[in-house]
Amino acid sequence: MSQIFHPSMNTISRVSIFGALFFVLGTLGIVYGIFGSPYVTQVHVVRDQPVPFSHEHHVSALGLDCRYCHTSVENSSFAGIPPTETCMTCHSQIWTESPMLEPVRASLRNNEPIRWNRVHDLPDYVFFNHGIHINKGIGCTSCHGRVDKMPLMWKNEPLTMEWCLSCHRAPEKHIRPREDVFVMDWAPPAGKDQIALGKELLKQYDIPVHRLTDCYTCHR
Amino acid sequence: MATDQPERVQEPVLAPGHTFASVTDKISALVLERPYNWRWFAGFTIGFVLVMMLLTAITYLLLKGVGIWGINIPVGWGFAIVNFVWWIGIGHAGTLISAILLLLKQEWRTSINRFAEAMTLFAVACAGMFPLLHMGRPWFFYWLAPYPNTMALWPQWRSPLVWDVFAVSTYATVSLLFWFVGLIPDLATLRDRARHPFARIVYGILAMGWRGSAVHWHRYRTAYLLLAGLATPLVVSVHTVVSFDFTIGIVPGWHSTIFPPYFVAGAIYSGFAMVLTLAIPLRKAFKLEDMITMHHLENMAKVLLATGLIVTYGYVMETFTSWYSASTFEEFMINNRMFGPYAHTYWMLILCNCVTVQILWSSRARSSVPVLFVVSIIVNIGMWLERYVIVITSLHRDFVPAAWGMYHGTFWDYATYFGSIGLFMALLFLFIRFLPVISITEMRELVAETQEREEAREAMTQGTAP
Repeated sequence: MSQIFHPSMNTISRVSIFGALFFVLGTLGIVYGIFGSPYVTQVHVVRDQPVPFSHEHHVSALGLDCRYCHTSVENSSFAGIPPTETCMTCHSQIWTESPMLEPVRASLRNNEPIRWNRVHDLPDYVFFNHGIHINKGIGCTSCHGRVDKMPLMWKNEPLTMEWCLSCHRAPEKHIRPREDVFVMDWAPPAGKDQIALGKELLKQYDIPVHRLTDCYTCHR
Repeated sequence: MATDQPERVQEPVLAPGHTFASVTDKISALVLERPYNWRWFAGFTIGFVLVMMLLTAITYLLLKGVGIWGINIPVGWGFAIVNFVWWIGIGHAGTLISAILLLLKQEWRTSINRFAEAMTLFAVACAGMFPLLHMGRPWFFYWLAPYPNTMALWPQWRSPLVWDVFAVSTYATVSLLFWFVGLIPDLATLRDRARHPFARIVYGILAMGWRGSAVHWHRYRTAYLLLAGLATPLVVSVHTVVSFDFTIGIVPGWHSTIFPPYFVAGAIYSGFAMVLTLAIPLRKAFKLEDMITMHHLENMAKVLLATGLIVTYGYVMETFTSWYSASTFEEFMINNRMFGPYAHTYWMLILCNCVTVQILWSSRARSSVPVLFVVSIIVNIGMWLERYVIVITSLHRDFVPAAWGMYHGTFWDYATYFGSIGLFMALLFLFIRFLPVISITEMRELVAETQEREEAREAMTQGTAP
């Protein structure tokens, strides 16, 4: 009887059995890599906007407070996107002819809000509340990064559940005194360690850490 | 007693007259010589049609959600869980026959182990489908596995449902390996005897280069025994974990320490019933009476009787415990089971599982093929009813009367259930068509042993005669 397979099949079959393991592990690794990459999370990817608004200019150079535009951040779930009128408090006087600002003027003229493209968008099943985070001492930069250094807006963090939980599981690593929440370049005071300070503040603000990872804290 | 009935000699496990060649010829011919007949075709067609119905039912389920089933509060676990437990139970006989009886050196397992193992795999496949479909969003089934993800979430290890995932998947993996390792020498036989080049290549790849050298046999034996050792604890563990799905919940009728042993006995009971249900038509259709002999059927009937008695003991103890506990809710539960709206199901179950099987005390019944076939079918039905009673009657009237309700399966429940039976049938018919239903290797061993025994007997009679 003739041979069915060429002798090289011995090698091929061994390699393919051995390689299958790496293939499976490699596929899992690649999938995990893709889901954590900027391609999916959009971290550090600038979104196009109708007006190229620069947070860097308005915050660092002009010194506007976050709350000048994001008015409801302290007591609402939503930080608030400023109405065109807020822009016009200054831009009715300066840069009135700027072609870049034409969409803003058009918005006021036609009484139609500017359609900004949302940068930080959580899924609908996440009940995120800005107010509680601000009032319990989580600084803007902890989630949004150094907005005062962003000429155009991008996401600084992946906003994945893994990322949310990294703080909900150990908030002492990020918490700061309430009055310093809006400080862009905040660092623990000299001679104080963040963890020690964080634990102190957790106690002071009465934060139930064991409840922060309950499902219904974020999903209802 | 024995002297009164000299004609009742133990039937042999292999009819006399078989040689190595005849065994190999007969079993491999079932696959290679195209035994197309209308019986195979009719059986496969029924299975195939039911599979189409299953696919329709699943498609509609994915479109509409689990609302198309009869489940609702208070009965959140309906047919899906009943069918899951039923199929997993059926899947227990294969490993029991293969592993435990191998380790106990019961040679009568030889001719039934192959298709019992195949039956196990197909039953586990049918079983595994139901909890996934029951999840509501089956496309997220992989959340049950601990894998690295951007949600930083792992399965809830405190939930018995997660233990179940691991118990069943381990069982499926070990059963598959056990079955495949056992098949390798037979696949090599088929490779060598097949004439069609495509068949030779396919069987050749599956035979993994088996040449039958002494080293191959040595490794094969070691691997087979090791796998048997691994599979043995699984026979007990899988249905124990399945019973934890119920016992961990504080629901009267579920929260009971008797569940693990009683579930395992029930599983073996239903598994052996299914092996009988399949073996009887199979040996008839393919004229395998000389290989699957009355000896096999009788032994299986005895296992059936023994496990049936354990299951009966379970029902009795359940009733006793609910009275002895003096807990209002436990007492109400058993009362409701026996005399409530599902009383007919409960008494049907007792009739099927406890009463009918008593006929097997009689050796005449045990050696009658039609009786065994009918009893095996009744036990299959009874075991399904048992799971129905456990799941539904425990849930439908719990602690607060205001929250009571009734449960009935809808058309789609039945379509999925009968569809899963169709899937099981279709897979089984394909298996019969493409793989040897009886282990050729082990039958050859049996031939060798039978010949040795014959020679020994001859030598003895010649020595004592003059």
